[in-house]
Amino acid sequence: MASTDISAKGKTISARLTPSGGAQQKLLAFASLIVLVIGFSLASPNFFQVSNIMAILQATSVNGVLAVGVTLIIITGGIDLSIGTLMTFCAVMTGVVLTWGGLPLPFGVLAALGTGAACGLVSGSLVARMRIPPFIATLGMMLVLKGMSLIVTGTKPIYFNDTPGFTTIAQGSLIGQIVPAFPVPNGVLVLFIVAGAAAWTLGRTVLGRYTFALGSNEEAVRLSGVNTDFWKIAIYTLSGAICGIAGLLIASRLNSAQPALGLGYELEAIAAVVIGGTSLSGGRGTILGTLIGALIMSVLTNGLRVLSVAPEWQTVVTGVIIIFAVYADQMRRRGKA
Amino acid sequence: MTDLVRMEAIDKHFPGVHALKSVGFDLRAGEVHALMGENGAGKSTLMKILSGVYHPDGGRILVEGQEVTLPTPRAAQALGLGIIHQELALMRDLTVAQNIFIGREPRLTFGRLDEAKLNADAAAIFAGMNIAIDLRTVVGGLTIAKQQMVEIAKALSYRSRVLIMDEPTAALNDAEIAELFTIIRRLKAEGVGIVYISHKMDEIKRISDRVTVMRDGAYVGTVQAEETPISKIISMMVGRELQDEAVVIPDLSAAETALEVHGIRRGKELKDIGFSLKKGEILGFAGLMGAGRTELARAIFGAEPIDAGEILVRGKPVRIASPADAVKAGIGYLSEDRKHFGLALGMDVRANIAMASLPRYADAIGRIDEPALERIAEDFIAKLNIRTPGDGQEVRLLSGGNQQKVVIAKWLLRDCDVLIFDEPTRGIDVGAKAEIYRLLNELAAQGKAIIVISSELPEVLRLSHRIAVMCEGRLTGILPGGAAQEDIMALATQRESKAAA
Repeated sequence: MASTDISAKGKTISARLTPSGGAQQKLLAFASLIVLVIGFSLASPNFFQVSNIMAILQATSVNGVLAVGVTLIIITGGIDLSIGTLMTFCAVMTGVVLTWGGLPLPFGVLAALGTGAACGLVSGSLVARMRIPPFIATLGMMLVLKGMSLIVTGTKPIYFNDTPGFTTIAQGSLIGQIVPAFPVPNGVLVLFIVAGAAAWTLGRTVLGRYTFALGSNEEAVRLSGVNTDFWKIAIYTLSGAICGIAGLLIASRLNSAQPALGLGYELEAIAAVVIGGTSLSGGRGTILGTLIGALIMSVLTNGLRVLSVAPEWQTVVTGVIIIFAVYADQMRRRGKA
Repeated sequence: MTDLVRMEAIDKHFPGVHALKSVGFDLRAGEVHALMGENGAGKSTLMKILSGVYHPDGGRILVEGQEVTLPTPRAAQALGLGIIHQELALMRDLTVAQNIFIGREPRLTFGRLDEAKLNADAAAIFAGMNIAIDLRTVVGGLTIAKQQMVEIAKALSYRSRVLIMDEPTAALNDAEIAELFTIIRRLKAEGVGIVYISHKMDEIKRISDRVTVMRDGAYVGTVQAEETPISKIISMMVGRELQDEAVVIPDLSAAETALEVHGIRRGKELKDIGFSLKKGEILGFAGLMGAGRTELARAIFGAEPIDAGEILVRGKPVRIASPADAVKAGIGYLSEDRKHFGLALGMDVRANIAMASLPRYADAIGRIDEPALERIAEDFIAKLNIRTPGDGQEVRLLSGGNQQKVVIAKWLLRDCDVLIFDEPTRGIDVGAKAEIYRLLNELAAQGKAIIVISSELPEVLRLSHRIAVMCEGRLTGILPGGAAQEDIMALATQRESKAAA
């Protein structure tokens, strides 16, 4: 009872920031995260250590960034299955520019962002202009990009040994240099910056408003005189650029672009989004929820590993969590109706 | 005689709303009991309780003297309480017979469907209703009227003794309404009790025995339909007397032309249509269902492509290929189907009002000026008298009339010169209707050029300065305001062959 009171009050206050609610789901997700952290801390003294927490955060960064990007698309009522292989393709193009082209680091960053945005533009155009259902359009893109990564590299990884400082993009710690006791890896910093920017965009800007509106009732938005095709393409493009950031992070962490990697990352990211309470039917969702969702996934993986649970069981547990999260969301909505 | 249904002191709360305040209602066998009230008065909520969709917070329900609980729609059906929803709940891709027996398909061994029995049973029901219909047609291909017949047949197939009809004639033409009434009378004769929700006064007089009026979630009174004048019922609904005003036609000879349309065509739907509209003018579009009025509006607005035609706004030709182009040219369109085409139901009042004008309230990097929008939304809520707890309320929680006002506010904020209203008062109660009429007149007085498409002739007559009439995709004539109904109907039924002769 008390919890419903809190959420009812919270809604009027936070309604501006989270236009389509989901506050309760977020609360539930956040509570689950806390319970998990406390549970694992009690179960193993090795869990709640600064180094381990940093490892968890670091492990969240790539999936988290991808999940933030795809959250935007899912709120429009779409889906993007190509984000995993796009991330890899962006990493590969960075390798092409830096290692093969010998250009300085900023060009590599531009290559990743540019490749991501360009591919997002293509996906968005397929969906908006050619009216191909997002699932199909991005399924196609997923395979195209997977193939392209392998073709460009000749199936061999590209290493970044010639680019000084490349690994610091994800692995260095700007914060650690200032506050040595708190060595947050740059990858995590990037994740929080991306998430903050995305949340701000969703909550405060025209693009964000149309993102929710498209998911809520696309035809009504079109009949309001809004160029829905343009905005949809813009959202896919933005999401693609965010995939580019993820590509940089993973390349930096591995100090290489691994062309065979990528497949499966899209589902992990979508899982984080769903656990975070974003509706796959569009119109509702939050970045904070997605962030919590991504953290739950990496806390689980890490915690189960600390407890020496076999990795195959970790995937089983993640699957169960996803189903439970959506079930809880359904129950909440049924209770409201 | 015990009542078929008796609802006593029904109470229902929704978040922020006391939807039903100790409401009573009763229904006898073989009567048509009209339930009236403005939108948001609680009629639909009360009937959703009677059909097991909502659960009451207080009060009791008796069916033939026995107290019952209705935890699910299925439980209500089992007790013979059938409801035909305003928005038809049929599966468009299934056939007529499959729809009727959905969830109760006759089976053979190994879970095979007994299609023969299914069709035979469905045929028996339609035979009882004296309706000819092809049971194997897919429902999506039927007219709305026929779909309604299917809904009624479905309800009857549960051996319903009570049939709740929520605005059954909203999308029907006169011939179809007559057909529906024939069926209602037949059901009545068989002892079925019918709850009839409608906003159309003439229908209530034609079909119902008793009328119960609700207002603001409370019971107002029950009267005999035959001996109660319409004005009495209306005053019960709105809580005040309402007078019908005749249209005042302004002198627009000096007014600037706002919109000109020449030679618009598309396939068989639109045939060489041309007209013009002055600033400050209200041009009504009359015609039967399917005459092409909505198609014309959507064509002008760029929502559907055209084969040929020219559109001039203030004398200048404009190219309109999308709604975005139309809005840029200053043309706004308020769809007949608010829920699907007018509103983002899950978003709040403020976001919906701002929907067509967002870029104007955003800075260079796309940041939305929320405080400005909040002031604007509150301004419109006050000016249009939108009944909502606040501008943060999701529009799906508003009543039809208030939703319509939100759509109007959206276009007022966009400041369009030409506004096309497609069935502006569909599903809206009498009191709110008068408000919408007043609003349209005010807008015209401010110099807006207004097109009103309406299937209700009294509405067209009351509003229009000129009346354009369409039939089968052609503009058959433009009459002066206040024209005789007979003249309008003559043009509305003027078929092509006759026109050529």
